[in-house]
Amino acid sequence: MDTEARWTADQVLALAPDAASRKAGARLATPAPWSGTGVAGAAVWGLCKGSGRTPYQTVVDLGGPAFRCSCPSRKFPCKHALGLLLLWAEGDGGPIAAAAEPEWVEQWTAARRKKADERAQAPSSGSGKAAGPADPDAARRRADRRAIRVEGGAVELEQRLADLLRGGLAGADRDGYRQWDEIAARMVDAQAPGLASRVRELGAVTATGGDWPSRMLEETALLHLLARGYLGRERLPDPLAGTVRARVGFTVDSAELLAGATIRGHWQVLAQYDSADDRLTTRRIWLYDEGAGRFALLLSFGAAGRAPELVLPLGAVLEAEVAYYPSALPLRAVLGPQHGTAQAESVPRGMPVAAALDAYGAALADDPWLDAWPVVLADVVPIPGATRWQVADATGEDAIPIAGAGPQWRLAALSGGHPLTAFGELGPTGFRPLCAWPAASVIPTPLTA
Amino acid sequence: MGSWDDLVGSALLGTERRRPAGVVGDAEEAAVALLDAAAAGVIRRRAGVTPAAAGTRPGLAPADRRPDLPEAARRRLAMLLADRTADAARGRRGATPNLAELLPQWLAAARREGYAAPHALLPALLDAARARTDLRTDALALAGPRGLWLAALNPDWKFALRAGQGAAAAEEGDAEQLWEEGLFAERIALLTRMRLADAAAALALLESSWRTERAEDRLMFLDALRTGLSPADEEFLEQALNDRSRNVRTTAAELLSALPGSALAARMAERARSCVSLSPEGIVVEAPYACDPAMERDGVAAKPPSGRGERAWWFGQLVDAAPLSTWPARLGGRTPEEIIALPVLDDWQPDLHAAWCRAAVRQRDTGWARALLGPPPKPAAPVTAVGDPAKLLSILPGPERGAWVAEFIAAHGLSEAFQMLSVCAVPWSRPLGRAVVDALDIAREGGSYPWSFSGVMGLAERCLDPDAADQVAVLTAAAEEPPDGSPGAGTYWSEAFQRLTGTLRLRALMLAELRVPQPSGSSIPGPGRA
Repeated sequence: MDTEARWTADQVLALAPDAASRKAGARLATPAPWSGTGVAGAAVWGLCKGSGRTPYQTVVDLGGPAFRCSCPSRKFPCKHALGLLLLWAEGDGGPIAAAAEPEWVEQWTAARRKKADERAQAPSSGSGKAAGPADPDAARRRADRRAIRVEGGAVELEQRLADLLRGGLAGADRDGYRQWDEIAARMVDAQAPGLASRVRELGAVTATGGDWPSRMLEETALLHLLARGYLGRERLPDPLAGTVRARVGFTVDSAELLAGATIRGHWQVLAQYDSADDRLTTRRIWLYDEGAGRFALLLSFGAAGRAPELVLPLGAVLEAEVAYYPSALPLRAVLGPQHGTAQAESVPRGMPVAAALDAYGAALADDPWLDAWPVVLADVVPIPGATRWQVADATGEDAIPIAGAGPQWRLAALSGGHPLTAFGELGPTGFRPLCAWPAASVIPTPLTA
Repeated sequence: MGSWDDLVGSALLGTERRRPAGVVGDAEEAAVALLDAAAAGVIRRRAGVTPAAAGTRPGLAPADRRPDLPEAARRRLAMLLADRTADAARGRRGATPNLAELLPQWLAAARREGYAAPHALLPALLDAARARTDLRTDALALAGPRGLWLAALNPDWKFALRAGQGAAAAEEGDAEQLWEEGLFAERIALLTRMRLADAAAALALLESSWRTERAEDRLMFLDALRTGLSPADEEFLEQALNDRSRNVRTTAAELLSALPGSALAARMAERARSCVSLSPEGIVVEAPYACDPAMERDGVAAKPPSGRGERAWWFGQLVDAAPLSTWPARLGGRTPEEIIALPVLDDWQPDLHAAWCRAAVRQRDTGWARALLGPPPKPAAPVTAVGDPAKLLSILPGPERGAWVAEFIAAHGLSEAFQMLSVCAVPWSRPLGRAVVDALDIAREGGSYPWSFSGVMGLAERCLDPDAADQVAVLTAAAEEPPDGSPGAGTYWSEAFQRLTGTLRLRALMLAELRVPQPSGSSIPGPGRA
């Protein structure tokens, strides 16, 4: 590949960690502050005049994408990188033309290439330093100790849930978060963060009003199922045991995953959205390999208030390798080496509402705790309702409620009453639309702002 | 095992009090059994969920044949709309361009070019129009039929329907129904729109319900008649002089006095003429000694504001309302210029000239406005403004206005110019723009801080012709600070000029983006790509 396919400006802007960066980046997307710009291969670079005497050196490796800028910003990518990419996105006739890499760019790209080569060679050189822990025995002992602590946590949780059900949920809405937070803290002590966060969410159920007892029984029962699953993990088939371990909160080192079997495919980036609590920003990126009928969910984390580092251009098709986390229902994955980027050429084929619900039901059999099943719906129409919106088959009477508030306005605006294709997550409360393809567009429009 | 509802019932009360059907053992065992059953139940419930029945589908949005925005312009709009909401977190602006004020210009320009707003941005556009009424007309025009269709689905965007309905009603002849059933804002909008299209029909509509309207509403409706005011309205207005509400009477009188041919204007002319005469020494003013009921009926307010003499107050109102054509005849066939040059005896000049200014504005008499303004005062001359120069300027033709203000600024700087600048046509003419930039440069050399001129700077960002950017850019270099200047001012000026340059370049870019020709034989049929 000579140079990378230019991205669209929307794809560039989707990389921005927040609205302020998007705005600041766009302001820098004029040729005025830039000098010494160029593009060669997968590298785009330029010097941006800032408030100081020396201009900032900004360089982007489109293959990662990876960014480097000499500015002091902690935003990632910073506004200079965004501004630079926006200029680059203007196309071949635009302000950034092919050029030879200056020395400072060359140093960086060379260093990146070297690192990538080392990584590529590491697995082939047997169980290299990076692949395995320094002391396998110590690591095993640590793992055993943790397994025992989590077991203790699961036993305690079972007891607490039984006590709760014996006395009744009726008082739960009065007690508020306190008792749940306390149990959650016990689960954190037991090194079972997955259990802890589920318990914490349980505390919020009563606040959702309406039929909260039913929802609370659902969540309590699923928590019970998870604790029981963990305690009986030896008797579970491996993939399901993997699911249980992941849900309880065991993580697998991503380098270790990538050292194992990877799946190469043409992954289209369908959605990227962040959710934040007071400790952590979590970014979810959905990839879809239509040819293989496979979805992959990439998670990336940032400390509170900071954007996670992984950013991918929405709608682009990455030729890349991914490795799934062990699970009965492989969805979560880690992104491995990338071999190129292209633009999508067609809208993914979707399915009608009933088929999507069937697929969701089947997936639950593999992972009962599943709360976001990716699905592409074809020929659906958003329908307004007094309390909740729906998406319905254009030619049938089947519908699913839309989960959450917000995305329906843009979805409706794109539809105008006409059928469109939409991608989103199916969960217990309905369909959460994440992007849509209005008629005649092959690039998805994000529905999250 | 019982149904899901049975399980929920037991869970609520607790297994100590209520066991699900078919569960044995003590309360603790029953609790675990309940959880087991519920776990199976929840998966069954979720996995077995069947599609809901579709609700009532919205109709199809009408097709919109207008072209899509060029790619860069679409992005610009997205940015301007995002900027609107992100603006809250703005501190000192430093050298970055000011985007917030560009949205109205962008919307107006895009509308002129005849584009349709991209569908994906309609929610943000409607939100923006909801928050700022000054954006509504252009925003809704851009949003077009799909925007109206969408607004019907969200109570927050009702305002769009009102405006839209009014337009549709006025066109389709449903005006009467809307007039009778609509909300006050809808009715005002309808009346104003109809005045533009068919002033007589609008008046007939108003007359049809005039007697039953509340006094506050009558006042606002009457005010709406300013649009398209003509002698045909005189009869109605003359009746309104007998209205129960004093405010309505005053407004009616004011409107009649703007019709120089009206009977009221003639009565006022008669009264005013008797107060003004010509002697060999100049104009003699003999203000009225009383405000009789007939004068009050014609809109003269009897009670002066505190600090003003009664007679001067009455006199001013008479001259305000008298047609200006009264004066050449009364004062020996002189032209307005000659009349204004006449001396006025006994210190009546300020009152008389101020009243003429108000009359010129009210009657939109450019000849008198020009005469009253005179040539811009010379640099040495003190600025003794007669009346309100900005108002007089506002009725002169655009180029003349710009030239006058340019000359004024060249002579007197910017400190008095803000009001005048804000009535000049946008973008500012080349001489006017140059005068403003030069004056800013002089202010910098004079050593003052740029924020003393922030009002003018803000106007310049919006109104300077983008072509002036290069002229401003020259000034962004931090100059030597004058020895007697304010410390650090040079840096701030340089920053302020940078921001101005940035904003101007952005405006130029923004307008250029809208003018990019669409690729011919575009391969994108149907509704716009978002």
